[in-house]
Amino acid sequence: MPSALPAGEPVPASGALPPAALRGAAQRPLGFYLHVPYCASRCGYCDFNTYTASELRLAQAPATASRESYAATLAEEIRLARKVLGDDPRPARTVFFGGGTPTLLPAEDLVRMLDTVRQEFSLAPDAEITTEANPESVTPAYLAALRAGGFTRISFGMQSARAHVLRVLDRSHTPGRPERCVAEARAAGFEHINLDLIYGTPGESDDDWRASLDAALSAGPDHISAYSLIVEEGTRLARRIRRGELPPTDEDQHADRYLIAEETLGAAGFSWYEVSNWAASPDSRCRHNDLYWRGADWWGAGPGAHSHIGGTRWWNVRHPAAYAAALAAGRSPGAGRETLTAEDRRIERIMLELRLSGGCPLELLTGAARRAAEQAVADGLLDPVPHRGGRAVLTLRGRLLADAVIRDLTD
Amino acid sequence: MPATTLSNAPEPSRTDPAVIRNFCIIAHIDHGKSTLADRMLQLTEVVDKRQMREQYLDRMDIERERGITIKSQAVRMPWEAEGTPYILNMIDTPGHVDFTYEVSRSLAACEGCVLLVDAAQGIEAQTLANLYLAMENDLTIVPVLNKIDLPAAQPEKFAAELAHLIGCEPEDVLRVSAKTGEGVPGLLDQVVKLVPPPVGNPDAPARAMIFDSVYDAYRGVVTYVKVVDGRLGRRERIQMMSTGATHELLEIGTNSPEMSAADGLAVGEVGYLITGVKDVRQSRVGDTVTTQHRGATEALGGYKDPKPMVFSGLYPLDGSQYPDLREALDKLQLNDAALVYEPETSAALGFGFRVGFLGLLHLEVIRERLEREFGLSLIATAPNVVYRVIMEDHSEHVVTNPSEFPVGKIAEVHEPVVRATLIAPSEYVGAIMELCQSRRGAMRGMDYLSEERVELRYTLPLAEIVFDFFDALKSKTRGYASLDYEPTGEQTADLVKVDILLHGDKVDAFSAIVHKDKAYAYGVKMAAKLKELIPRQQFEVPIQAAVGARVIARETVRAMRKDVLSKCYGGDISRKRKLLEKQKEGKKRMKMVGRVEVPQEAFIAALSSDSGPGEGKGKK
Repeated sequence: MPSALPAGEPVPASGALPPAALRGAAQRPLGFYLHVPYCASRCGYCDFNTYTASELRLAQAPATASRESYAATLAEEIRLARKVLGDDPRPARTVFFGGGTPTLLPAEDLVRMLDTVRQEFSLAPDAEITTEANPESVTPAYLAALRAGGFTRISFGMQSARAHVLRVLDRSHTPGRPERCVAEARAAGFEHINLDLIYGTPGESDDDWRASLDAALSAGPDHISAYSLIVEEGTRLARRIRRGELPPTDEDQHADRYLIAEETLGAAGFSWYEVSNWAASPDSRCRHNDLYWRGADWWGAGPGAHSHIGGTRWWNVRHPAAYAAALAAGRSPGAGRETLTAEDRRIERIMLELRLSGGCPLELLTGAARRAAEQAVADGLLDPVPHRGGRAVLTLRGRLLADAVIRDLTD
Repeated sequence: MPATTLSNAPEPSRTDPAVIRNFCIIAHIDHGKSTLADRMLQLTEVVDKRQMREQYLDRMDIERERGITIKSQAVRMPWEAEGTPYILNMIDTPGHVDFTYEVSRSLAACEGCVLLVDAAQGIEAQTLANLYLAMENDLTIVPVLNKIDLPAAQPEKFAAELAHLIGCEPEDVLRVSAKTGEGVPGLLDQVVKLVPPPVGNPDAPARAMIFDSVYDAYRGVVTYVKVVDGRLGRRERIQMMSTGATHELLEIGTNSPEMSAADGLAVGEVGYLITGVKDVRQSRVGDTVTTQHRGATEALGGYKDPKPMVFSGLYPLDGSQYPDLREALDKLQLNDAALVYEPETSAALGFGFRVGFLGLLHLEVIRERLEREFGLSLIATAPNVVYRVIMEDHSEHVVTNPSEFPVGKIAEVHEPVVRATLIAPSEYVGAIMELCQSRRGAMRGMDYLSEERVELRYTLPLAEIVFDFFDALKSKTRGYASLDYEPTGEQTADLVKVDILLHGDKVDAFSAIVHKDKAYAYGVKMAAKLKELIPRQQFEVPIQAAVGARVIARETVRAMRKDVLSKCYGGDISRKRKLLEKQKEGKKRMKMVGRVEVPQEAFIAALSSDSGPGEGKGKK
């Protein structure tokens, strides 16, 4: 979740959506994102909306913002969602717990939040229920409790197999721990397991990166996400780089690492299905993230969480205390929202679908953009075969230049 | 308090030439000319204390801020000396190298000049050049050291320097402080005593020389003249002798210093005319005014059409401002007969104008006024001079834009040259000689003004000065050298056009005409500069410098390899879409050179030399 909230229109206190947002809802899948805004400590590169115990104390948060009562607070928003969506009959197809560190809460709390969704909306029979987890914050018993509570998928923040890289990232786990987590999760009965990796950390070599990929693969997950390190302004990492304590990140190096990832993961039988995501099989793809990329509906609950229902996007207040206070007063915690125009939605579709292995249909493009697509084929950025079949699909080089292609195709 | 004041002074059109003294002040920027003029206005009581403001005569903001006087004016001041009422006409001269011709016309309206030199600094090149002009015009020189109140003043030393230059005794050099007023009354007395009165034939047909012409939004063109022969009266029809155009004289008068109407102007008098014309090109500096009825048949000598020496392409940053730029140039031209322009299209910069200027300062002043007074944001191509290219088939091309340099068999290329005067402390002589030599200069002479200060005279190609001569001179002499130059003709030279190609496409705005021996250095420098300025594209972009088909330098902007946001999940979408919109806006502001997107900032940075031509300026 990005640090800054966009500017938007105000959200009514009831949280009520424009009627247009609910039109045709039955045809769209519905998912839930549940944000847990707590971490044991803040990592040097992180600018997410998350809080450590000491940060919350500094902010003199009232008791309602506490970790202990968080599950109950969040349940309030899910009940608000029920009211706002009215007699919408859709069950939740996916539920995704992100953070922060969801697994910093007791497993029962996570299960309780999931239960609230189940009670209010019911879960589809094959619902995908994921939580993010930090390798150091789970135990076999914890994992078993999640599995028993209905969780089907778990995503570990492994980041790297190298101690020196983990140190720069301020990650507290030791190398080897994430791989053991995968085994423990398998033992607990999780079918789908993801490892998150970060490449391009200052001090990381190509070989370090290969070692991280190999270690991740050897643990046997069915999904790997790999992100280039983004140095966000205002983070400790940005300050260290500015002071010259660490070398700056390098885009060309990032490109090399991406190619290494594609090569290594491909050799291990993984296929990319989104620019930063690889899956061992089509069944292993993250269905929740797919909702984001295909313009489906999701309700994001929790401080700073973003939601999208039928062309209305909104986002909650960022601070846990303000969030809890709004819900306690019976108000929507929404901080702002925007209603997308048809053109906005067209642009978003190109912007999001082009990042997928299936690409986007050429019929979304204007005449000028179709000519740009032909040029992109000539330049080796779009795959000629699907292009002939009416779809713009990025080549490997095109994936690395996806934003440039998106600019050309949204003209 | 002088007994002669405005109220009892001889009146315009009824003043005996014998009591008229026409003079100007020649001084370097910052040597105190405007302050001295202020003191004179006060002493002669044409401006009272209450109305006095600093640099009274420098009207325009831009002049005031830069301390440069661009448009001259004439002020009629009464002054009594030894019981006789006199009329002093102080004619203000433009103070810069670009306006040499206008200076020469102002000088031609005078019989004497005050040579004003800072007693702490000594004479500068520009002053020296104007002094030579004054001497060529047979003006009586009244040497004056200013700022004698300064602790750093060295009046003995610089009095000797001035005496040496004009051939007088050091004791004859007056010493004043324009700031405190010390010595200024004595200076006015000396002007009366030394400067000869104007001489003319009162009975001959009227002939008046235009020495300045200013457009005023309310009154139209105000023309400043000195009557040489005869008389101009109000309500007469006058004729411009260069064009034969006739005009009704709506008003005639003098400035003290505000305009004040009179019955007419007689022999030796200086004043203004208003005819209702709206464009200074109809009332040109140097032209002779006569009466339509029984007018003169022979004009006074010395008239020249203003000839632009330096050209630059001016383009609005925002293409939609093109009509505004045209309108602004039209307006500036009303007041500037030397400003010429014609529409031009650049593949790289879009629609703009090729604008001709008298010199670099003129360019800088016009550009600044376009930006400041008309709110335009401009890209200016590197200034260039005018080349005359003779082909082997004897056809001739006049090239004002390097990208239009002809291709094919060229017999010879002519370039303008200038006579340059440089003054510097003697320790920098070596550095200056080295610089001038590297700029294809030919030494014409060298004189020691004093033990420590040397005057060097060179013939230099104007193109070399236009390039970045001021900056180089400044850095080689730690700012202690001053420079003046004046066009003297042209020479043939071994010149070639260097083109810059981006991804194989010629960028017209970067083409330059340079000496064959410097083509390589120019190409290497431009290619390296552009490599730093052009962002990486989706493909590799070769930057080449070429003379004809021959590539003389090459750099490569490597292809961008990664341009993708790594994470794009639910909360990122709004931000990402907004970023995309912003990037697309930014893309619209890019200039396309073939398929290469070049940010405007890159053009601006590539086209500007390390510091603008406005710097230096012979100023210490």
